[in-house]
Amino acid sequence: MTDTTRKTPPPAPGRAAVSPRYRVRRPAAPARSWQNRPLRRITPWLFLLVPLALLITFTYVPVGNMLYYSFTDWDGVSPRRNFTGADNYVQLFTRPELFRVFAVSLYYLAASAVQITIALYFATVLSFDLRFRNLFKAILFFPYLINGVAIGFVFLYFFQDGGTLDSILSWFGAGGGHAWLGDPASANTSLAGVSVWRFTGLNFVLFLGAIQSVPGELYEAAQLDGAGKWQQFRHIIAPSIRPVLGLSAILAVSGSLSVFEIPYIMTGGATGTSTFVIQTVKFAFQFNKTGLASACAVVLLLIILLITWIQRRLVPDDKVDLV
Amino acid sequence: MSRRPLTAVLVAIAMPTFAGCAGGGAASGGTATAPSDPDRVSGTVKVLTNRTDLVQDGTMKKYAREFNKIYPKVTVAFEGITDYEGEVKIRMNTENYGDVLLIPSVIAKGDYPKFFAPLGATGEMAKKYRFTDKTDVGGKTYGIANFGTAGGFVYNKALWKKAGIGDWPTTPERFLDDLKAIKEKTGATPYYTNFKDGWPLTTPWTNGIGSVSCDAKAADALATSHRPWAAGSDLHVIDTLLHDIVHEGLSEKDPATTNWERSKVLLAKGEVSSMLLGSWAVNQLRDAATKAGENPDDIGFMPFPTQKDGHFCATLLSDYQQAVNVHSEHKEAARAWIDWFTEKSGFTDKEGSVSALRAKGMPDTLKPYLDNDVRLIERSEAETALVNAIDNASEIGLTKQDYRQKLIDIARGAQRGTLQGYFSELDERWADAAETAGS
Repeated sequence: MTDTTRKTPPPAPGRAAVSPRYRVRRPAAPARSWQNRPLRRITPWLFLLVPLALLITFTYVPVGNMLYYSFTDWDGVSPRRNFTGADNYVQLFTRPELFRVFAVSLYYLAASAVQITIALYFATVLSFDLRFRNLFKAILFFPYLINGVAIGFVFLYFFQDGGTLDSILSWFGAGGGHAWLGDPASANTSLAGVSVWRFTGLNFVLFLGAIQSVPGELYEAAQLDGAGKWQQFRHIIAPSIRPVLGLSAILAVSGSLSVFEIPYIMTGGATGTSTFVIQTVKFAFQFNKTGLASACAVVLLLIILLITWIQRRLVPDDKVDLV
Repeated sequence: MSRRPLTAVLVAIAMPTFAGCAGGGAASGGTATAPSDPDRVSGTVKVLTNRTDLVQDGTMKKYAREFNKIYPKVTVAFEGITDYEGEVKIRMNTENYGDVLLIPSVIAKGDYPKFFAPLGATGEMAKKYRFTDKTDVGGKTYGIANFGTAGGFVYNKALWKKAGIGDWPTTPERFLDDLKAIKEKTGATPYYTNFKDGWPLTTPWTNGIGSVSCDAKAADALATSHRPWAAGSDLHVIDTLLHDIVHEGLSEKDPATTNWERSKVLLAKGEVSSMLLGSWAVNQLRDAATKAGENPDDIGFMPFPTQKDGHFCATLLSDYQQAVNVHSEHKEAARAWIDWFTEKSGFTDKEGSVSALRAKGMPDTLKPYLDNDVRLIERSEAETALVNAIDNASEIGLTKQDYRQKLIDIARGAQRGTLQGYFSELDERWADAAETAGS
């Protein structure tokens, strides 16, 4: 260290002499400085041009259109549409039965809790050294990769009278010929079960990523101190995945409020399995009430934003410091 | 850079789209008439169809080749669309929805002149074609039916004979008794609702409006009725029968997982005894029987079990209507295709359905009706526009599956409620909607 300082030429006089000159020349010769060139200011926007254009065309413009439709009585196809002000919203809020479908979301919310628990359990177990670890990871994540429509059809056969579930149950002597999708409680539970099967993989990967970002030395240190697996989970893993857990909770709530694919494919919303989104789709495409349906969509968006905001207020995601 | 410019950009981009998306005014265009000289007309005609099966197996191409023998300079291109209603509805917001298309049921009748070219004065058209009523707006006809169909039950004759039933039941009660006899004596499922697929609960049942009362104006009456489900009305009789079938346990065990393709095989094999469909289904079921190694002649067709003055009645209704896009550049060629397809293609003969041409007789599939003096009623569609408006406003959906699915759920105890309670709820909703939609 001392060596280098000594070798450095004494800078003081030269710099002192040059610097005032620089100060004078700088405005005169801006070409030298990349900093102030207009092109430099535009460059990031040039790079952003394509993604922004895509984002605006495919996200903001449709959302804007939807907002606009929600103030009209458009039927979805007629070239004529009348501006009706807040009429659709008034209609929406004076018909409480339209919000009754949110009760169905409770099934999915309960299912999300189960799903997060299962995912957390497997993520923890598989974060330790285990035989066939990668195989299990793949098996758990695989359902998430399948298209939702395909899952709907697969499980339709699964729940069919005399289908896969019935045959498996009959091996254990429990085949009762129960119509799984036959009554509201059983149908919603079955559908929520399918949703757990489908989304556990996603939660699992999120948790696993968070757990694996914990430095290995911490476990070693904990082991040296005599901490068991449970204590490791309680004091190392749990705090380190708190932000991801918060994210999963938000995804779970917004997901259960806007369930669509699985019930739409499997029951079409019959037998008390209709959700808010299915109801909205039916307004738009069966009863030609595109205006009302747009209002429903806007309201759903606001509800989800509100819940997310409340959740962030209640559980602020503070930085975790393990060390 | 602060966030403000970004917001400004977004607003600046979004605003014109608000203004720009309205409009799409009515295009001008005269009547689409067929050319007098087939050699003179040329151009490419795009035909939108819901029959993806016929496009894929090349049947439509064969028709086009036949057509080209008369109109050598016209090229016909087909586009089969699986979700026909949903997709075409969205495409009709633009001008590109083919040259010839089937009128989607979501299009309000009053809007036809904005979307389709008139095909002729209704007074003239009605002499030559059936079902012109359905697309008549202001004295002009906008569509020609691709085919017509009569309502009724498709049933397995051999199975009914096995249960000792020879004659068609004449009342809903007798029909239920027959179904019970079938269940007891043969062990087959007497009726298959196709609850999951849903559509077999829609038009096949709703087409019964008019069959029950033997009244061609029964559907029009809905426009002024405030209690369509009042005791004795067509809808009351129809929906009570469906309710009772399910309530008495005469339908399939698990309605939530039914499958239309499978149901055809089940009926052909005699595991299911009946389904309310329509004459269009007879040939499909005969095919299913042949494929399953059964006798296709076992497939029978019977009218809705009600009689008026000692006669059965069955409504004769059109399927989709073929129309010419008002924005089409080849209206002559498009009309030429529609005329050729309706008159010369032999499509309806092959399908066993009723031709739109009055000159053509009834198909073989309706022979049992003709032999037994079933009155075929061409139902009036004069008030369809208003009825549909009320139907949509009430969110009941006479041609949608939801309300009959709920009816079945009530019948089998999966949802709370009684039949009478449900009927009064429907009546109330209909009456409320009639007030707002009528204005």
